[in-house]
Amino acid sequence: MKLNELTIKEARERLDKGEITALELTNACLKEIALKDSEIKTCLTVCADSARAEAQEADKRIKAGDKGALLGIPYLCKDNLMTKGIRTTAASKMLENYIAPYDATVIKHLKEAGAILLGKTNLDEFAHGASTENSAFFVTKNPHDLSRVPGGSSGGSAAAVAANLCLFALGSDTGGSIRQPASFCGIVGLKPSYGRISRFGLLSMTSSTDVVGTFTKTVADAALVLDIIAGADENDATSAPADFISETKTLARQTKTSGSAGAFNLANSSGSTNTTSSASLVNAIDFSQLKVGLPKEYFTKDLDPKVKEKIMAVANKLKSLGAEIINVSLPNTKYGIPVYYLITPSEISSNLARFDGIGWGRAAKADNLQDFYRKSRGAGFGPEVKRRIMLGTFALSAGYYDAYYKKAQAVRTLIINDFNQAFKQVDIILTPTSPHPAFKIGAQNHDPLTMYLEDVFVTGASLAGLPALSIPAGKIKVANQELPIGAQLIGQRFFEEELLAVADKLN
Amino acid sequence: MKLSAEEIKHIAELSRLDLSDEEVEKYRVELGKILEYVKMLNEVETKKVDITAQVSGLMDVFRKDEAKSWPSDELELALSQGEREDGSLKVKRVL
Repeated sequence: MKLNELTIKEARERLDKGEITALELTNACLKEIALKDSEIKTCLTVCADSARAEAQEADKRIKAGDKGALLGIPYLCKDNLMTKGIRTTAASKMLENYIAPYDATVIKHLKEAGAILLGKTNLDEFAHGASTENSAFFVTKNPHDLSRVPGGSSGGSAAAVAANLCLFALGSDTGGSIRQPASFCGIVGLKPSYGRISRFGLLSMTSSTDVVGTFTKTVADAALVLDIIAGADENDATSAPADFISETKTLARQTKTSGSAGAFNLANSSGSTNTTSSASLVNAIDFSQLKVGLPKEYFTKDLDPKVKEKIMAVANKLKSLGAEIINVSLPNTKYGIPVYYLITPSEISSNLARFDGIGWGRAAKADNLQDFYRKSRGAGFGPEVKRRIMLGTFALSAGYYDAYYKKAQAVRTLIINDFNQAFKQVDIILTPTSPHPAFKIGAQNHDPLTMYLEDVFVTGASLAGLPALSIPAGKIKVANQELPIGAQLIGQRFFEEELLAVADKLN
Repeated sequence: MKLSAEEIKHIAELSRLDLSDEEVEKYRVELGKILEYVKMLNEVETKKVDITAQVSGLMDVFRKDEAKSWPSDELELALSQGEREDGSLKVKRVL
């Protein structure tokens, strides 16, 4: 087995035993990138020199007896997270030559943990999209079939992990941007609860749903990375302190109807990080108490029977482990997309106002200030970004605000209430991540609305701020091609460890 | 919902986006279609429903009102990416 194909856990063992060095591991990844990335096109920037220097530093720490789950582990990072001294483009012409002056908090955590940054991955421009075709630079390919998309918006990170160009990767998920590409690429994608991980240094898109999350080869690896990057941050007022997490979880247990909530009682509920490894929770789930909900609105007659079969196989596996499968209803599911595509553009129109051509980003030549704004932004932003800015500007404008933006915010409440009701009965919810496997490049980007409908199963958890992950659920045959498809597990807010412990038994 | 070219130009102006005539026509059709689609929210009764603006659940997150110095290398890197004059960022005349 080549070193770049190792999981984090496997590499950790070998590094600690002195069988391999962090430099060898890093070189194996860099070699694979050099070999394969001209075809798959996952990386916007590769920082080989700094990666090798970081690897040598990690080797010194390991030799000195230093311990740590990610010490010496090479990773890639979605290019909408700030990396000090390294180009950070958001896959936009607007930031084509932008050098981040500071590290995002998650990058800082990973640096301190001794993880090695190999480079920055491609995305839909400013994370606006579901296929990575909206990148201003190039289209990333799905490693399972190069004529297909990797999903998006974190398509570069997903494809890179699937192609073993790194051991793990960071992404961001605003309305499915980690889970859907993880499903398309056949890997594990974790979107944590809103507030679980600091977003300081993540280029803001939709502030009320944006989260940072992970792409890994296994569920156990996701737990290892989460453990390092989670936690409150004074630079992000929406990040949740440990005592708040603990209180929220206690309250959640109390709202259960009788007979439930037993499954997770044994698990560590502190929500604190960097104490015990999340991976150690794997044995703490009492499956005989576990209740899994299947929302009927996600399993309609329109769902591809081949996809349904794979998800039901996951349900059966949970059943064989002792879990009870319960049909639940999330009646407002169909409003998820319209709500999301009003709230998201609205917040985008506000968040992207900061790109004014002054001090950073593309600056046009113009005589007066207003022309300067219009020209800098008109030339710097790509088509989907402009579309969303205008849609949001419209939804927030006088005369339309109540009918569009406020209406969407009200229906958002109903979507959240649906989840709250369901979680009185069940501990986790199981759904398909996407209604289909990866589609062909160019097949859906002719009509923006078609692309928006991609998010049908993933917006709910985002709007409600719930943790959700996509795990591989096998492959289905499409046009003589075996393509991966993912199962989505949604948990109650801040129950990441429990969600991962359940998923680990399925992985 | 049908949008006119004038409406699109007005939205573009509010958004400070320079659009070509082709773009105006493209977005006129596309935004109209999207707004037509999201109209389905009107079938939901929401008179008695509170709106959700954020889901953090946190309230009154304050910090001490103290200035913190930004590391000078980061400050320099941040400032170095715009047009400068005498160490300061140069901006166009506002008035």
